[in-house]
Amino acid sequence: MEEKPKAVLVIGGGIAGIQAALDLGDMGIKVHLVERKPAIGGRMAQLDKTFPTNDCSICILAPKLADCFRHPNITLHTLSEVKNVTGQMGDFSVKLRKYARFVKENECVNCGECVAKCPVKVPDEFDMGLRKREAIYPYYLQGVPAVMTIDRENCLYLTRGVCRICEKFCTRGAIDFEQKDTDVTLHVGAIIVATGFDPFDPSGIPQYGYKRYRNVVTSLEYERLICASGPTGGHLTRPSDKKPAETIAFIQCVGSRDLKNNRYCSSVCCMHATKEAMLAYEHNPKVKSHIFYMDLRAAGKGFQKYVARGEQDYNISYIRGRVAKITEDRNENPIVWYEEPQSSKTEKMTADLAVLATSLVPRKGVEELVKVLGVELDEYNFFKTDPLNPLDTTRPGIFVCGCCREPTDIPESVAQASGAAERAAETIMR
Amino acid sequence: MNEAKVGVFVCHCGTNIGGFLDVPGLAKYALSLPHVVFSQDSQYTCSDAGLTEIKNAIAEKKLNRVVVASCTPRTHEPLFRSTCKDAGLNPYLFQFVNIRDQCSWVHMQEKERATEKAKALIRMGVARAVLLEPLEETEVEVNPCALVIGGGITGMTCALSLANRGFEVKLIEKEDQLGGTLNSLYKLYPTNEEASRLVQEKAKDVKKNSKVEVLTSSEVKEVEGFVGNYDVTVRQRERERLFKTGVIIVATGAETLKPVGMYGYDGEKVITQMELEQMLKEGGFNADTVVMIQCVGSRNEKRAYCSKVCCLTALKNAMLIKEANPDAQVFMLYRDMVTQGTKYEDYYGKTRETGITFIKYSPERQPVVENGSVRVYDEFLGEELSLPYDLVVLSTPMVAHPDSADLAQKLKVPVDEYGFFLEAHVKLRPVDFATDGIYVCGCAHWPANVGESISQAYGASSRASIPLSVGHVKTEPLIAMVDEDECVGCGLCELTCPFKAIRIEETEKGRKAKVIAASCKGCGACGAGCPEKAITMRHFTDEQLLAQVIPLAEVTS
Repeated sequence: MEEKPKAVLVIGGGIAGIQAALDLGDMGIKVHLVERKPAIGGRMAQLDKTFPTNDCSICILAPKLADCFRHPNITLHTLSEVKNVTGQMGDFSVKLRKYARFVKENECVNCGECVAKCPVKVPDEFDMGLRKREAIYPYYLQGVPAVMTIDRENCLYLTRGVCRICEKFCTRGAIDFEQKDTDVTLHVGAIIVATGFDPFDPSGIPQYGYKRYRNVVTSLEYERLICASGPTGGHLTRPSDKKPAETIAFIQCVGSRDLKNNRYCSSVCCMHATKEAMLAYEHNPKVKSHIFYMDLRAAGKGFQKYVARGEQDYNISYIRGRVAKITEDRNENPIVWYEEPQSSKTEKMTADLAVLATSLVPRKGVEELVKVLGVELDEYNFFKTDPLNPLDTTRPGIFVCGCCREPTDIPESVAQASGAAERAAETIMR
Repeated sequence: MNEAKVGVFVCHCGTNIGGFLDVPGLAKYALSLPHVVFSQDSQYTCSDAGLTEIKNAIAEKKLNRVVVASCTPRTHEPLFRSTCKDAGLNPYLFQFVNIRDQCSWVHMQEKERATEKAKALIRMGVARAVLLEPLEETEVEVNPCALVIGGGITGMTCALSLANRGFEVKLIEKEDQLGGTLNSLYKLYPTNEEASRLVQEKAKDVKKNSKVEVLTSSEVKEVEGFVGNYDVTVRQRERERLFKTGVIIVATGAETLKPVGMYGYDGEKVITQMELEQMLKEGGFNADTVVMIQCVGSRNEKRAYCSKVCCLTALKNAMLIKEANPDAQVFMLYRDMVTQGTKYEDYYGKTRETGITFIKYSPERQPVVENGSVRVYDEFLGEELSLPYDLVVLSTPMVAHPDSADLAQKLKVPVDEYGFFLEAHVKLRPVDFATDGIYVCGCAHWPANVGESISQAYGASSRASIPLSVGHVKTEPLIAMVDEDECVGCGLCELTCPFKAIRIEETEKGRKAKVIAASCKGCGACGAGCPEKAITMRHFTDEQLLAQVIPLAEVTS
């Protein structure tokens, strides 16, 4: 009799991990989808819209989150980390640590009574710290699973032994401070890594004034600022005085193509800056955007036309050149200093808001993960692959897709995710 | 069916709806509507608790229709349908009313009027629910075989991958040997691997694999059928063969533009990068000064796209020239250097170190190739230069195969304005077509390098393997139905259908339209177009829709 296909472990619950899990699940293969955060969705869930179609990001992602949650072949492990891997291709044994949520997933209905009573206020990670949240919180509005989580670092009861007010007000008895971290062992035939990226922290480039100037923000912060479910309800206002931002400077290659930081090109920034400038104009037709770039890289399907549309219909100017520095005037307006490409003279431009297109860097913690997996990273700490064997890591049976192998846009990440699913399916059917 | 007994469940969705609409008031209002025997509001209808309440009400109140007024059917209709099914109710007796996306979210500032609108939507939903009919899903078997069109690196990767998964594969190649475009390339960036060695090794693996049947000198002549059951006629030289296949993958690649009439192209002193590759491969390269011009025939009005691979191809060939003749001078005239990702920025840097000169030009001031020299306005220096040359090399874009439009028509799949195949969704379904059971990868979809093509090939194989692995496809019952007594066999529906899901057949009653259930998406285009009103959309019948529209005119009390 034919042996039943073994399960596959997918690490990372962003769009790449989700797509890989869905493909495998649809083939009839059991999948364990592991996510470190309290909910799946990853970086795509944080974006407002997506280029080049300007589709609302969460709106096209949400059905996939629901599919993963409901799928009979997919087991979600949120708040979980891979701690150990032994064995070999076709027969891996994986130790998974499942961190306590302190909320019973089956009982919580995400009603928010607890949140209203929690006295703690800390910066919200999903909204890039632009808003405060409580110590019991939904990771984000549309997050899956749709349940609350207690943040053990900041909960008064878990840190100082006092409070438990959430427990008193929960009508469903869903709070459970007795929950413990547990270790489980999974047996899988193949592993797919899809841990995605972190945005580069531009505080290390002092001349751009990030964190010193309130009206200098990063692209991902900007995505939250312009998103209807973000901290400003989608009103594009300046962090300093909540006034609408009408002249916006987009600074490209921040930390990318930069010998001091990351030598590589982050691939997606030319396009997301174009999109971000378009969105500002859609919100307010008084907006004028300036995109300061080095080479315009619009190579994907429909990208070049998207840029042309931006110039023609959305009041966007593209200015070639690397921005030397950003200073600030008395009204906290960022002043962008650059070399005018025609005359080669130094010019300055005063804007309401400056947006730094920060490079995509590997997720924090990737070094520990590769030790556990026994695979190699490349010189930039992305997962090492061969250009002609692009989805295989250096260890047989472990595959990779999306931004953890190289900065990649969403369509390519999705295609790679399906591809990694195929490689994993080939492996376990062998 | 017995008289309709409708249950209405109104969801607070936490504060998403409850914070803006009078949800308990809506539940109370629903109970006043005709046929409604039960109504209830709950915090989260989609939670375990909310779903249990629905199941209990179906059992206890003998409900035979369920209406949920909540977020959006896009994400939650499948859940509520399966809940009805669990409680023994046909899932198609469920009706969704969208009061979050269409009320609370868009009318946050006008709570009272939003509540009135929600009442109207619920009234309409209930009226339609009363007329809903139970429907059954059917299953169609899938032929566990794949047909891959195109025997280049992309198609061969698909064929091998699916064969490794245990499926039979037919690999169709137009030329008399496998390999495609890579057969005519020299070395590949960034590893300098010999292209022909790579494809020939792959071709050997393909030919060795007993699950793959290779048909060279072959073309697809005709395609009939639908997902799981395609009939494909292939012409191989004079012979025609019919294959039955479950899925089809398009991996036909692209061509490179021949720049006839541009920059003095003559194939001798002014050549393309492809021709340069041949020269380098055969050892016929002999020039001391080479001028390369990028974006020839691309990123212009006619072809407003970047072909993605030309910058790197040019960089690689420039380095190969330096290898062949270290004293050679190479000028590269470019607009934007496209060296994306982690592997190519350093490659670009290395090229600069070998002494290649980069000159940026703008599309407004194009370079001019004259006898013996190229005139170009250098954007950085801000002055015009005259560069002598022995050889000018033009980087031309990939363009769609001229016969791709013909193949697209046979498959009934769309192409974009440049003739590249158009996927189902640019963002989230990059290798699927909207038509089930047909997939696309590699340069047939859009210019891509070898690594990307291989990734996409695996991706398309994964997608194609889903119906093959499951062994059957479920057909939704939400499809078009033809009333044969009314149908006059005019064939308008066949022309209108974007999915090749309805066709005219000879029957005892004459020519009649027939719906292919497995292909029909229930879009309604045929029904709207039918001059005899002979086509009804199941689950969206005229009666159901009118019943839903009429109560809109009623004033809410």
